[in-house]
Amino acid sequence: MSQAVSHGSHGHGHDDHGHHDQESLKVFGFWLFLITDVLLFGTVFATYIVLHHNTNGGPTPKELFEMPGVIWETFILLTSSFTSGLAVLQMHKGNKKGLIGWLIITVLLGLSFLTLEITEFVNMANEGATISTSAFLSSFFTLVGTHGLHVTVGSFWIIGVIIQLARHGITDVTKRKVTITSLYWHFLDVVWIFVLTIVYLWG
Amino acid sequence: MFGTFFITGDPLILGAQVSIGLVSLAAIFIVTYFKKWKWLWTEWITTVDHKKIGIMYILAAILMLFRGGVDALLIRTQLALPHLEFLHAGHYNAIFTTHGVIMILFMAMPFMFGLFNIAVPLQIGARDVAYPYLNSLSFWLFFIGAMLFNISFVIGGSPDAGWLAYPPLSELSGSPGIGQNFYIWGIQISGIGSLASGINFVATILKMRAPGMKLMRMPMFTWSVLASSLTIMFAFPILTVTMAMLFLDRFLGAHFFTLDGGGNPMMYVNLIWMWGHPEVYIVILPAFGIFSDIVSTFAKKKLFGYKSMVFALMSISILSFFTWLHHFFTMGSGADVNAFFAITTMVIAIPTGVKVFNWLFTLYKGRINFSQPMLWTIAFIPCFVIGGMTGVMLAVAPADFQFHNSYFLIAHFHQVLIGGVVFGYFAGMYYWWPKMFGFKLDEKIGKWAFWFWNIGFYVCFMPQYALGLMGMTRRFNNYDTDLGWLPLNIVSTVGAFIMGLGFLFQIWQIVYSLRNHKKEKTGDAWDGRSLEWSIPSPAPMYNFARLPQVSSQDEWWEEKERRAAGVPVEPAQPLEPIHMPKNSGIPFIASIFWFIFGFGLVWDWLWMAIPGFIGIVVTLFARSFSFDTDYYIPVDEVRRSEEAALKGAK
Ligand code: HEM
Ligand SMILES: [Cu+2]
Repeated sequence: MSQAVSHGSHGHGHDDHGHHDQESLKVFGFWLFLITDVLLFGTVFATYIVLHHNTNGGPTPKELFEMPGVIWETFILLTSSFTSGLAVLQMHKGNKKGLIGWLIITVLLGLSFLTLEITEFVNMANEGATISTSAFLSSFFTLVGTHGLHVTVGSFWIIGVIIQLARHGITDVTKRKVTITSLYWHFLDVVWIFVLTIVYLWG
Repeated sequence: MFGTFFITGDPLILGAQVSIGLVSLAAIFIVTYFKKWKWLWTEWITTVDHKKIGIMYILAAILMLFRGGVDALLIRTQLALPHLEFLHAGHYNAIFTTHGVIMILFMAMPFMFGLFNIAVPLQIGARDVAYPYLNSLSFWLFFIGAMLFNISFVIGGSPDAGWLAYPPLSELSGSPGIGQNFYIWGIQISGIGSLASGINFVATILKMRAPGMKLMRMPMFTWSVLASSLTIMFAFPILTVTMAMLFLDRFLGAHFFTLDGGGNPMMYVNLIWMWGHPEVYIVILPAFGIFSDIVSTFAKKKLFGYKSMVFALMSISILSFFTWLHHFFTMGSGADVNAFFAITTMVIAIPTGVKVFNWLFTLYKGRINFSQPMLWTIAFIPCFVIGGMTGVMLAVAPADFQFHNSYFLIAHFHQVLIGGVVFGYFAGMYYWWPKMFGFKLDEKIGKWAFWFWNIGFYVCFMPQYALGLMGMTRRFNNYDTDLGWLPLNIVSTVGAFIMGLGFLFQIWQIVYSLRNHKKEKTGDAWDGRSLEWSIPSPAPMYNFARLPQVSSQDEWWEEKERRAAGVPVEPAQPLEPIHMPKNSGIPFIASIFWFIFGFGLVWDWLWMAIPGFIGIVVTLFARSFSFDTDYYIPVDEVRRSEEAALKGAK
């Protein structure tokens, strides 16, 4: 067979080419990962839906959920999604300071979300509603906890990216990392909307 | 504490402990004596080269075939005669459980990933998989998961709740020991690796093809890998969640699947089969791809019905998600539900039939060459046809009330798993062996192995169909003489040992060929059709010195025809430096931490699990912070290696 004509068609310098493809390839892989994560959440949601009536004489959703806290959590998470969008905007402008600033705000919002969520969990546990109380609570803590775990991972991840941005500035590699983390962050937002609807509003 | 830690008191297990100890010591001694530690570390453990990772996968799979095979022989020995006191009930339960888990998850899966790694990048004209580092991590996660599962035999006790671990048997109430924890973490850790591999190969096939290789020009094996990897992406997250929930039940007293607290064991059965049924298609689809490539290569003809083959692969992978309930027709879902799943199951027979006819039409009037890969392909076809027919019988919901959990079922699934998956992967191994190592495996010893496996197979499993119809159910270790099952059971056990002989012949075949092989110089050992045969064997680390430009299906075959017809060859493009990923020790180290983490959780030892977890996080960060992950192979070096390969060919 003949050979592919040299892929110099990228135009820019040698060290750069190939690298460029690598970064977009990684973003593509991240989309594939998100598909699997959707399925993971889908399975956890399905178990919640199957088990949420099985309260085993323990507290029911109605008795347990305190809406004001949940509304705050929702508000904070949605805002953090917005600020992570602003960060990406700054990145495209090439403004490193603005980018880092918005990322820091995003992380802080994420951590406040987690604080609220953990407080909520602790309060429930104090009222005797733990993961081992009933099948409903097992599936509740697992569903909301899985989301919380994702937010925790995301927060640490963004902190890592912030440090790398401070060290290396905005490069192809850090750009890709910011893109991926913000994709991830928006995704968590969408999942939360489902948690809110199916667990809290519906319950 | 040590009383529960090391399993003692059984001569079989003592034997295993001693032999594991001796083999490990011998391995350490040999590596040290020949001063190979550094070589092992730099050439293998840290490698990100897909071809080497593939070889490691296959090696591990063969080891696990041995372990699972020994389990099988123990089971069959126990069943040979009524009231044999060879394995008592508890031990028997553990052995059929580990046999099933090991064969499917730690033998078939790695064998499959091994072949993916060996062949896919070469078939699509790529220099690597999409994510080489992730690829290495996947391998080590699989390996560590398998080891964690295997040590349960001598440390703490093996799981004994069946290969799919239905609750309440697998709950604390049914399995208070720690064996079930080994099951959960062995599968969980290796499952994460499998999921990552699935993503990796989907991305590789969609994004890394050589210029001009349109989807409809891909070799059939690559198509089957795409179908299988997509199925992995959709099935494995369900397994991950199911294992996590079973773990929460056991570890934190949650009530997902318990009988009390509002739990629902039936939900586990649904979830595990929503993964489990697609899983059997995940392992069979690549075998279909292998057979397609082999059939067209060895009949020297274009594959008959290429498009219908693609369509069949894809529809099977989708349909596989709509059949899971056929595994529990008898559990009272009602006639409508049973009817739906009976029909979806039978529908799968249609695309499968299409494939079989396509293979037969390809072979028809071909000049067939009966070398090793083709032999196994020929053996597969009748075996799979019979297995498929008994499968359709099982799919008849009312009839399944008779067959369910009987030896009829055991015979059916072994027929498709051995005749389809194992024979298929053997065919693939023989087919790509010259590409991996630069020489062919000995034909003569191979024929012995082939006949032992085949005869042994029918001798072992045909009687089991009859036994099933006579009422013998699976998973028990004892039966009464007056049931009349004795003769058929003896025959079946003899068959199992004949297959064992087949395995030994294969090992001999490999050892013999390592010593006495003739070097395969052309790179094109079988007069092949796809791109992997256009480069030297074994393939250089960068695979293709110049990326090929593809203009048709069976590109390499067409190219050979063009050359024979004297079509002028375009002048060679100048070589360019080749971009490669650097080796990394992080995947291996991270997997060690996964082991520590998993082992700690198995024993409820947080003092061990927590440092393991921290180790996992730290290694993740370490990777994220290393920017120096690739390099270029200079043109000179590429030129030197290409010239050396050419010289070898002369
Ligand atoms: C090499 C020859 C093999 C022999 C002689 C053999 C024999 C057996 C026997 C006797 C059983 C137990 C039946 C019972 O529970 O009473 C069994 C179970 C099983 N085998 Fe095999 N087997 C072989 C290979 C394989 C392979 C290659 C696979 C998969 C790729 C496999 C997968 C399974 C599974 C999933 C089970 C069910 C375990 C359970 O009941 O939990 N076997 N086998
Ligand atoms: Cu099935």
